[in-house]
Amino acid sequence: MSDSGPRPFAFATALVTGGSRGLGAALGARLAEQGTRVVLVARNAAELAASVASVRAAGGDAHGIVADVGDKRAVYPLAGAAADLVGPLELLVNNASELGPTPLELLFDTDCEALERVLAVNLLGPFRLSKAVGGAMALRGSGTIVNVSSDAAVNAYAGWGAYSASKAALEQLGRVLAVELAEQGVRVLNVDPGEMDTAMHRAALPGADPATLAQPDAVARRLVALLARGDVPSGTRVELPAWRDEP
Amino acid sequence: MTLAAATAPRPRASERLLLVEPARARFRDLSVRELPHLLAPGDALVVNDAATLPASIRLTSHDAELRLAAHAAGGAFVAVALGTGTWRTPTETRGTAPRFEPGERVASAELTGRVVAVDAADPELVTVRFEQTGAAFERALYARGRVVQYAYLERELELWDVQSGFSARPWAFESPSAGLPLTFGLLCALRRRGVELGALTHAAGLSSTGSASLDRRLPLPERYEIPEATRALVERTRARGGRVVAVGTTVVRALESSAREHGAVTAGAGRAELVIGPGFRPRVADGVLTGMHEPGTSHFALLSAFAPPALLERALGAAERAGYVQHEFGDACLILGRS
Repeated sequence: MSDSGPRPFAFATALVTGGSRGLGAALGARLAEQGTRVVLVARNAAELAASVASVRAAGGDAHGIVADVGDKRAVYPLAGAAADLVGPLELLVNNASELGPTPLELLFDTDCEALERVLAVNLLGPFRLSKAVGGAMALRGSGTIVNVSSDAAVNAYAGWGAYSASKAALEQLGRVLAVELAEQGVRVLNVDPGEMDTAMHRAALPGADPATLAQPDAVARRLVALLARGDVPSGTRVELPAWRDEP
Repeated sequence: MTLAAATAPRPRASERLLLVEPARARFRDLSVRELPHLLAPGDALVVNDAATLPASIRLTSHDAELRLAAHAAGGAFVAVALGTGTWRTPTETRGTAPRFEPGERVASAELTGRVVAVDAADPELVTVRFEQTGAAFERALYARGRVVQYAYLERELELWDVQSGFSARPWAFESPSAGLPLTFGLLCALRRRGVELGALTHAAGLSSTGSASLDRRLPLPERYEIPEATRALVERTRARGGRVVAVGTTVVRALESSAREHGAVTAGAGRAELVIGPGFRPRVADGVLTGMHEPGTSHFALLSAFAPPALLERALGAAERAGYVQHEFGDACLILGRS
C-alpha cells in the first residue's frame, strides 16, 4: 500500500447478473471487498442465498434478487429493487448467460425456441437492463456497463451457434451503446473473460482438463482491476487473459 | 374547460408543447422536440429520477386495496384504503373501504404487515409497517403490487409504462409524469445545446384518493433527496444568470422546500411540506415543464406561482380548442420565465 493509501474504488453500487455461481459470484465478492454495495441476481434462490451469505460473511454489503433476466416482466422490478436496496446503480455487469441445449448441437439441429431463449437471456435481457438502469447513469453523467462476452463472439466453433450469435450481437449492442453514450459520461465495455472452470464450461465441454482453465475468482480479480482503471476507452473489447494492468 | 384525456401510454401522445411566457404575456403551440431551442446555453433542467413503485396492493386479508401514498418514519408507509372495485372503477365510486384499527394485521399473500396508525380525520388514511425487509420486502412488493391505474385509460398499465427514461430509486407512488416526454434523444440534444441536466429524487404521491376530504389534503408531505451535484448545478446556473427549469411539480416542491428550509438549495434528504399556489414566489425555479392541468386542480394552483392565472386560463383554453390532451400521458406545458 502506498503512503497516500489505496485509491477509492470508483463504484459505490453494482448490479451483477448471473451472481449465484462462477464469475458472477466471484465478482460480487471482489467488488464488495472494494466497498461496493452489490446486488446479485440469479434464478436459483438457494444458490443465490449462499452466494450473498458468503459475501456478507466476509464483511461485504450484498443483496440477492431472484429473477430471470430473460423474462421481460422481471426487468423493471429487478432494476427498481436493486436501486432501492443499494442506491442509484453505478455499475451494471451483464454476466448471466444461457449456453443453449447441451450436449452442444449443430445449428440445423437447434430448435428455434432454443435460440430464442438464448437470445432472451444473452441479448434482450442485457438490452432491457441497460435501458432500465443506463438512463439514470447518463443523466447523472457517470456509470459503467460491462457485457461479459466470449471468444465465441468473434470466432466460429461448430456446436456453439446459438451462444456465439447471441454474444456477437451483445458485443455489437455494446459498441453502438458506447457511441451513443460517449458524451453522456457512461462507459460500455465488452469483456471476454477467457475460458474458466465453471459449471457452464463443464456443460459445454465435459472432457476439458480443469487445470487448463482459469479459476473464476482469479478472473474476477482481473476484472475488478480493469474496472478500477478509468482509462480503458468505452466500446473496447477487452480480452481479459491478455490484458495487462499498466497505463 | 375540459381537456380530453390521453387514453394510452404509447405511442407517446405528448408530442405537443404549450409554451407559456409570462414575461411576454403570450403562449405558443409547439412540439416537445423544440424544447432544446426554447432553452438557452447555460440554462439547467432538473428532473425527478424517482422510479415508480407498484403502489397499488390488493389485500388478501381484507376486501380492499391499499394504495401506498407516502413514506412514514422508520420504513413504514402512509397508505389509503380503497374499497371494492377494479382499475376500471373510478376511485370516487369504489365501495366503502373497511375501517382499520391500529395493530390490525394486513396481508397480500406473502406481503404482510400491521396497521400502526389510523388518521383521526380521514380514517381511510393509515400507516402500515410491513414485516419483510430488504430484498424480501422488494420481492414481495413487486410480486403483489401493481402500478396505480387510471380509469380513463384503454388498457391496464404495466410497470414499464410509468417509468421515465432516467428512473433510479423507486420512490414515487404515482409516475412523476412530466419527465415521460423526455426521450434519451431529447436529453442528448439538450446537452449539445449547452443546457445542463440535473436530477433529484422526490417521492411523488397520489394524484387523487377518491375521498374529497382527503384529496383536499394532497399533496401529503413527500420525501426528497437532492444530490450535491444538483445543488452545485443550481448554484452555478444562478451565478451565471441561467435559468433553472424544473421538470414537474415534484421538482418545484423539492427545490423550493429545500431553499425555504435552508436559505438556499442544499444537498441532502428532506420532506417537502410546502403547498405552492397563487402568490407563492419561487426562489429557485425560473420555469416548469409539466403536463396540462385544468383550473381548479392543485397542479394548476402550483402553476399560478409561475404565471398569472388569467394568462394560464387563456393558454389552456386555446390548447383545448387545438386538441391538446391531458393526464399522465398527455401533452406538455412549459412555463418559462425570463428570456
